Amino acid sequence: MADRIPRTAAPNQDPKVRATNFEEVCLGYDEKMALREASRCLNCKNPRCVQACPVNISIPEFISRVAAGDFAGAGEVIARDSSLPAICGRVCPQETQCEGSCVMGIKFEPVAIGQLERFVADWNREHGSRTAAKAEAVKPNGYKVAIIGSGPSGLACASDLAKKGYKVTIFEALHKAGGVLQYGIPEFRLPKDAIVEKEIAQVRDLGVEIVTDVVVGRTVTVDSLLEGGFDAVFIGSGAGLPRFMGIPGENMNGVYSANEFLTRNNLMKAYRSDYLTPINAGRRAVVVGGGNVAMDAARTALRLGADTTIVYRRTEKELPARAEEVHHAAEEGIHFAMLTNPVEILGDETGTVRAIRCIKMELGEPDESGRRSPVPVPGSEFEIETDTVIMALGTSPNPLIASTTKGLETNRRGCLVTTGDVVTTRPGVFAGGDAVTGAATVILAMGAGRKAAAAIDEYCRSTHAE
Amino acid sequence: MTMFKILKKQFLTSNICRMEVEAPLVANAAKPGQFLMVRADEKGERIPLTISDYDASAGTVTIVTQTIGASTTKINSMEEGECFADVVGPLGNPSEFIGWDKARIEASHFVFLAGGVGSAPVYPQAKWLKERGAGVTVILGARTKDLLIYVDELKSVSDDLQICTDDGSFGFQGNIPALLEHLVRDEGRSYTDCVAIGPMIMMKFSVLMATKLNLPVTVSLNTLMVDGTGMCGACRVTVDGKTRFACVDGPEFDGTKVDFDEAMRRQKQYVSQERGLK
Repeated sequence: MADRIPRTAAPNQDPKVRATNFEEVCLGYDEKMALREASRCLNCKNPRCVQACPVNISIPEFISRVAAGDFAGAGEVIARDSSLPAICGRVCPQETQCEGSCVMGIKFEPVAIGQLERFVADWNREHGSRTAAKAEAVKPNGYKVAIIGSGPSGLACASDLAKKGYKVTIFEALHKAGGVLQYGIPEFRLPKDAIVEKEIAQVRDLGVEIVTDVVVGRTVTVDSLLEGGFDAVFIGSGAGLPRFMGIPGENMNGVYSANEFLTRNNLMKAYRSDYLTPINAGRRAVVVGGGNVAMDAARTALRLGADTTIVYRRTEKELPARAEEVHHAAEEGIHFAMLTNPVEILGDETGTVRAIRCIKMELGEPDESGRRSPVPVPGSEFEIETDTVIMALGTSPNPLIASTTKGLETNRRGCLVTTGDVVTTRPGVFAGGDAVTGAATVILAMGAGRKAAAAIDEYCRSTHAE
Repeated sequence: MTMFKILKKQFLTSNICRMEVEAPLVANAAKPGQFLMVRADEKGERIPLTISDYDASAGTVTIVTQTIGASTTKINSMEEGECFADVVGPLGNPSEFIGWDKARIEASHFVFLAGGVGSAPVYPQAKWLKERGAGVTVILGARTKDLLIYVDELKSVSDDLQICTDDGSFGFQGNIPALLEHLVRDEGRSYTDCVAIGPMIMMKFSVLMATKLNLPVTVSLNTLMVDGTGMCGACRVTVDGKTRFACVDGPEFDGTKVDFDEAMRRQKQYVSQERGLK
């Protein structure tokens, strides 16, 4: 009976060992584990997990293939809806999406859909299966689409369009494709060469061209792309602009945005001595914030040798990070200073960080988000000695594209204004992902990319018909 | 795939090197005041460099790099025919005068203060203004005669080229602010606008002098950067009491509002690592 078998835990690297390396924390299922876990799926007639998946993967269908030992077939089922399964299997918040709505989770534990997706993707990659639709099989439809940004939304949009016969060119500002998958998420959660590069190569295999080193808004503009022969443009430029607190001392040497700290380490590989980009984690580091990015920054600082503390103004219960990430961080030895808010960064005579002054907080009345808002406890200021402060307070969209494109409206938060989620105020220009929603998740961005691909398809066909 | 091939290479001093690089998209979009980023090879840093010239029809940009640390050493060690891994740009905002109307440009007389390797990015600005009828004076300075660069180039795009050296080995003896003061106070020259580009310390004292002489002064900040597109904040500077990003809000700012002491300190953040701690 499916409900008698407990959920299969995936093995992890030992916390003491992994705290000193950048290799992947989770080792994933082997075939035996995958078969056992797949057998727990009830194959519901009306699967709630599919609705809860932003890209609507046919979850029970791929799991039943796994249960039957048909791993290649499972890969084909996933490939219909997702071009990045090895990535999503690793970084999706399954607990609030597919697994969060799994019927098994009502009385028992939900099926480990994320681990199964990861297993299928890894198995197919390692066995050289071409799960992605073959480029040569698709007849070109004559339309050209430019995609700005090679992150999750752009890659998802590109894949769907390429499968429909569009000639797709992705323009990426950085020197490597992947966006946040390259610069943001650390190697120990998402290996770059082994996973990210390989899944992006599969998107290229669909016939998608990726041009790096092009900053849209500077090197070229949306207008020049539309005038230069592209029938439509998709903006998936993400939310890359870091926020700071605006407290005294924030420009001291040793204060980083999480974006800078992670970009140095992930994209520029500062943790490797054979790469030239420097990074200073110091002996002690303080990370301000409680989201996934804060966890990533803290666990990176720890691996670089810093005794690391996360400072967050609410309690552990309100931490916006995934429970698994918080758990992993704690296991590795990260300290958590909850109900604590920085008020000033203190430096030595050379302007280098020596401590962060914080104030204790307590939870007051719930605010409009329903979370109890933290209020300072008068007279409770104290100092935490540290060499490095990393601000992980969220990001907002980069204004460069909106400010250089005629007729493209943004809202007060700098996000692109859209109707139907993906249609911007400029005809022929579509958008999705963090550039529209503000900082969110990989999978929501992919969902938006797919939706935009459908809207672009409709747009091109209708304008052509006129 | 663009190759970013080095077409010409020439050392201007023992440690300042000029390169003409194939980068058609950058050359096509570049305007005076902007910069680009170079990554020499797969393991290199992304290094911001000012654009010293651009030729859209040839598809080339010119960069002038001073050997300071490991990455600039790597850039300057590359030879003609070799390719950089990446050249990205143009980045930052063009100089403000690009948006001025014809009458204002023609009525202006710019004095450019060009210090050391900062002399190179003065060239496209002076050239642009001179071609459009503005008056252009350039004050070019270095510690000693052998370190002067861009003398002929700047002469060709200015009405008046003034040269100074700290040791008096060529031209006026003294630093750039001192020569500016001499020209305005002793020789009665008058200018409408001042632009200072060079080492932070030179810009700091140039701003003090220009302010003393009632000249509006613009500076171009060469801060540390990682991406150059507004993503990291490594380049943040305090301007008029507010934190700004040199890469997207600059690189040019009203010099009187820049906190130079903070900017100089931030520029030295990785000096100890460069000395071999890594």
